[in-house]
Amino acid sequence: MSTATSEIARSEFLEVELQPEPAGRRRIKRKTVNTVIWFVVLLAVTAVVLYPLVWLVFATFKPSSEFGQNPGLLPDQPTIDNYFKVLEGIGGVPLWRFFANSLLIAVLAVVGTLFSSALAAYAFARVQFKGVGILFAAMIGTLLLPFHVVIIPQYIMFQKLELVDTYWPLILPKFLATEAFFVFLIVQFIRNIPRDMDEAAKIDGAGHWRIFVSIILPLIKPALITSAIFTFIWTWNDFLGPLLYVNSPELYPLPVALRLYNDQTSSSDYGATVAVSFLALLPILIFFVVFQRFLVDGVATQGLKG
Amino acid sequence: MTVSTTLTRAIVTADESGTRRPGRRGPDVPARAGIKARNRRETATGYTFLLPWIIGFVGLTLGPMLYSLYLAFTKYNLFTEPKWIGFDNFTRMFTEDPVYIQSVQITLVYVLVGTPIKLAAALAVAMLLNYRDRGSAFFRSSFYAPSLIGASVSVAIVWRAMFSTDGPVDNTLSFFGIEIGGWVGNVAMVLPMMILLAVWQFGAPMVIFLAGLKQIPKELYEAAEVDGAGPVRKFRSVTFPMLSSVIFFNLLLELINAFQVFASAYIISNGSGGPAGMTNFYTVYLYKRGFADLQMGYAAAMAWVLVIVVAIIAALLFKTQKSWVHYAGENR
Repeated sequence: MSTATSEIARSEFLEVELQPEPAGRRRIKRKTVNTVIWFVVLLAVTAVVLYPLVWLVFATFKPSSEFGQNPGLLPDQPTIDNYFKVLEGIGGVPLWRFFANSLLIAVLAVVGTLFSSALAAYAFARVQFKGVGILFAAMIGTLLLPFHVVIIPQYIMFQKLELVDTYWPLILPKFLATEAFFVFLIVQFIRNIPRDMDEAAKIDGAGHWRIFVSIILPLIKPALITSAIFTFIWTWNDFLGPLLYVNSPELYPLPVALRLYNDQTSSSDYGATVAVSFLALLPILIFFVVFQRFLVDGVATQGLKG
Repeated sequence: MTVSTTLTRAIVTADESGTRRPGRRGPDVPARAGIKARNRRETATGYTFLLPWIIGFVGLTLGPMLYSLYLAFTKYNLFTEPKWIGFDNFTRMFTEDPVYIQSVQITLVYVLVGTPIKLAAALAVAMLLNYRDRGSAFFRSSFYAPSLIGASVSVAIVWRAMFSTDGPVDNTLSFFGIEIGGWVGNVAMVLPMMILLAVWQFGAPMVIFLAGLKQIPKELYEAAEVDGAGPVRKFRSVTFPMLSSVIFFNLLLELINAFQVFASAYIISNGSGGPAGMTNFYTVYLYKRGFADLQMGYAAAMAWVLVIVVAIIAALLFKTQKSWVHYAGENR
């Protein structure tokens, strides 16, 4: 808040006390001015923040020859050739294949994360058993652990199991609740649900499994949706995982395939590179527009990383 | 509450009476046995629910951590057996590897310069958004979008194009008379460019700040105003202490995240870490040592140094939080 705002706020206070009649109109006017300034400043920030994305959208319609000569927003000679070129794919693999690979990995990751995280979260939040404190602390500890410390042994392990160049190393961990963020998020959510209902169900003879499936799962739907969206987006964006584990181009998910475009065509075919970058980003942008409420609220309540 | 607990216990005990061993007498004994059985059952259920997580934790986190700790003291190329070399990896890192030292330096600059700027931007914008409710939802979402996609390969490619020689950023700046002459290939400017990419993703901490700001009671500001507090004083005496736990949380999270930047640096430099090693961030170098040069022991040692650094930073932050972090309901 600026100095001016607070000055006005203070004078507002005094004016209301001392001379209510004329101050009223002036206050309204000042408030309007403040709101306009507020709006303009935020619009300016929006413009700066969203410019790279808008630039990307327009750049996909620029012929490759325009890059380096026309840094502006609008293409001089708009063309959709880039899209046609990109659809052919690269290195003998059609573009849809990379999309399908990414989709398969992301969907399996969502299923695995929801299944394993919800189970673990229920145990941490609602079951009283020996060792729950230590295990919970260990789970929280993994939140802060740089995962680079485990990628080397994990790679060696998957290599010994001859699972390199399959999707197992990318998907299996999701079924084992390794993303502690989601376990934590769901635990917090379950803790906010009053216990009365499970107590009542217990009286009716329901066991933990029954309570979990019929009472808790329906009630934690918002947390599950948030986890699902974030898992999808993070998996879709993940670069290091596939870079390590997937070697065959026909198995590449989009981010690694993008690198292929980027490496082979950066000098000659910038148009195709930006077009495929935009296409890769498109599902996430759509997701974002549709689910932004869940995403932003999920971050606000649980402090998820971006 | 008490009634239902008593009821539950009664019912559970009755339920377990079927499994009660014969020969026990007295009203007390079977009840206690029932609770014991119940506890055992609870424990069994707990571990059943937790089974996937436990397998994951032991098999994919704890086990690998111990193994990488062992590898850190070995020379290992994936094909021959690991060879124990003691602290050689660590001494080599700090005494014979200038690339490592440079990697540490640029990573520290990136973390220590980028994180405060990012958090300051996040807090400033959050305070701006908190000024008015109507219409702020749109801005909140727009500012959050980059955080969601910031680490993606697509964004790295866009960033490279935007900051290339004669790219949009260069051209805009030269319009104002500032000649940079390209950022991507420029040894002096590529690190600031990476920091800008990080700052661009201020949306995630901003949303968390905003949620924190909304929790501050308006009366505190009104009281401060009555006492004649200006904006600076209000920030120092109301906003900062009331928000300190959120600041602490964001700071911890962003510092740890910043140390782990990888994809954008890797893509922007085409995997080279260039120009002149200026995008050879810690994790990029770790990846190159481990998976390009197959020096798994050295990479494991690097990873452990990172863990220790992160642990020290977290410990320091937790230690200093007493002096500046204020939790609600706590006496001062």
